[in-house]
Amino acid sequence: MASPQTVASPAAAHLYLERQTRWNWAEIAFWIAALSPYLLFDSYLQLASQIAITALFALSLDLILGYAGIVSLGHAAFFGVGAYTAGILSKYYWGEPLSLLVVSAALAGLVGYASSFIIARFRHLALIMITLGLGLLLYEAANSASWLTGGADGLQGVRIRPLFETFKFDLYGRTAYAYSLVVLFLSFLVARRLIHSPFGLALRGIRENPLRMPAIGAPMASHIRRIYTLAAVMAGMAGALLAETTSTVSLEVLSFQRSADVLVILILGGAGRLYGGILGAIAYMVARDQFSGVNPQYWYFWIGLMLVAVVMFLPNGILGGLAKLSASWRRRFT
Amino acid sequence: MWGPLAGIVFDGFAYGMLLFLLSVGLSVTLGMMNFINLAHCSFGMLGGYVTVTLIDQAGWPFLATLPAAFVVAAIMSVLLERLLFRRMYRASDLDQCLVTIGVVFMSVAGAAYIWGTVQQPVQLPAYLSGSRIYFGINFGEYRLFLIAVAVVIALALVAGLEWTRFGAQVRAAVDNQRMARGLGLDVDGAFSLTFALGSGLAGLGGALAIAMVGLDPAFAFAYLVYVLIVVSVGGLASIGGSFAAAALLGISDMAGKYYVPELGSFLIYLVMVGLLVWRPAGLFGRR
Repeated sequence: MASPQTVASPAAAHLYLERQTRWNWAEIAFWIAALSPYLLFDSYLQLASQIAITALFALSLDLILGYAGIVSLGHAAFFGVGAYTAGILSKYYWGEPLSLLVVSAALAGLVGYASSFIIARFRHLALIMITLGLGLLLYEAANSASWLTGGADGLQGVRIRPLFETFKFDLYGRTAYAYSLVVLFLSFLVARRLIHSPFGLALRGIRENPLRMPAIGAPMASHIRRIYTLAAVMAGMAGALLAETTSTVSLEVLSFQRSADVLVILILGGAGRLYGGILGAIAYMVARDQFSGVNPQYWYFWIGLMLVAVVMFLPNGILGGLAKLSASWRRRFT
Repeated sequence: MWGPLAGIVFDGFAYGMLLFLLSVGLSVTLGMMNFINLAHCSFGMLGGYVTVTLIDQAGWPFLATLPAAFVVAAIMSVLLERLLFRRMYRASDLDQCLVTIGVVFMSVAGAAYIWGTVQQPVQLPAYLSGSRIYFGINFGEYRLFLIAVAVVIALALVAGLEWTRFGAQVRAAVDNQRMARGLGLDVDGAFSLTFALGSGLAGLGGALAIAMVGLDPAFAFAYLVYVLIVVSVGGLASIGGSFAAAALLGISDMAGKYYVPELGSFLIYLVMVGLLVWRPAGLFGRR
């Protein structure tokens, strides 16, 4: 089992947090392995970049769901805002990818900040309903505003300039994967730093007991607002990445399906564990690629079955299962 | 001027009654166990398919298929409750959502596998397909029938909840589940029965919905949102609240689609979020 965490003094708390922030060999190996598509699976670079984008999206959901315990059925709203911002700006104004990424993230963050005032006030069913409602609201708004978004036909004419004016976003996804991976890694560093900070601990406190946190003087609403905004920024970046690397934006980026998918991915990988979303994205996207011959109608049957099975038998996802295995392994052999 | 408006109110009210049948079960079960059953509309969809199949394959008359839709949906819900949902009552919101969404995914894919993805047509009997004109307003026979069914069921539910022993048990469990258990009430048993009844009503609603809104595998998701709106606006375990909320939603949705079609469902979602923010326990909710 995990080491006892009786924290006596502020100094001890900082020691504990510091111990958590140290990089272990498995993490380093993981990120080195993330480069392997360039050597081993050259033809799958496009898929790899999709995985990196999905992983970033799942990571952003993990921040609010896994750490702060905010269940959201409408997280695609921010993904969609990011994607549409990048797409529309590139169509009418300029197509420089890095600045587009920043602007899209900022706008998604703004929307997230605005909605966080509502989010912070609710829990349970009302919260689920409101996140669902806000997501649907944005979807319908994008659908109605077809003069801007192209409506159900998708946005036509997205033009992205080469990265640094040198590296084109080609069909093979060489640039796309490097770009997505770097953005994912940097966002991951931010998330990792954040959740191992006192603020991250406070978030976990909110998840574990939303009644006690205010009682010990933690400003719960402002914590929730902050993490929700940050998650929106990251989701917006993921959306912008998708728009930039594929040069297409369709209504699907805002759909309930996408919100549900990312939830499935995070649960599959393991919520509340930084790598859960990333592992989930790899497993989900690779499986979908392998079974792409299967009619999507039937694909969702297996997704549903898997959701039920994971909640019933593997409560903390793949990572939780692995952690349990390795713990029992250690008990037996040491 | 008043002709179209009255027509819209009538059609919207009939549509609202459909939503009432689909959602009233969820409102009560949610109030009793705090169990977030997002798969509620799947039972409605099942009822719809039962009706379609019985009419097409077995040649049953339309009216005779309605009880069958009720019974099949109720039996299916009991099976699922015993197998799956029962283990989730103490789980977190998230886990309840996930398991029931999983069930929705499976039901949608299953329906697509068995019945295909096309819209299912239903042949209404002659005595339900015409329309009558009173005061210059066109009343569809089928809609009148729908309203009559819903009103009778609503009255029966209110009476059952108010004046029977079982109804009193349900109300006690909704008001304070722990206290009800402490007094020796069989809350789990009462809940199973309520769950079956509610899902059966959803099945009936699904069967009645085909002639008005059609039926395809997307039904389970498309109407989930409407049902959740009715439940969250009407308040938990309040028959009257669900009735009023459903009527309101049906009429405003119909009016919105008639007068400002370019906004689509935008208005409905806006109203829902606004209402939830204003009164999280619902317009007619007590807690």
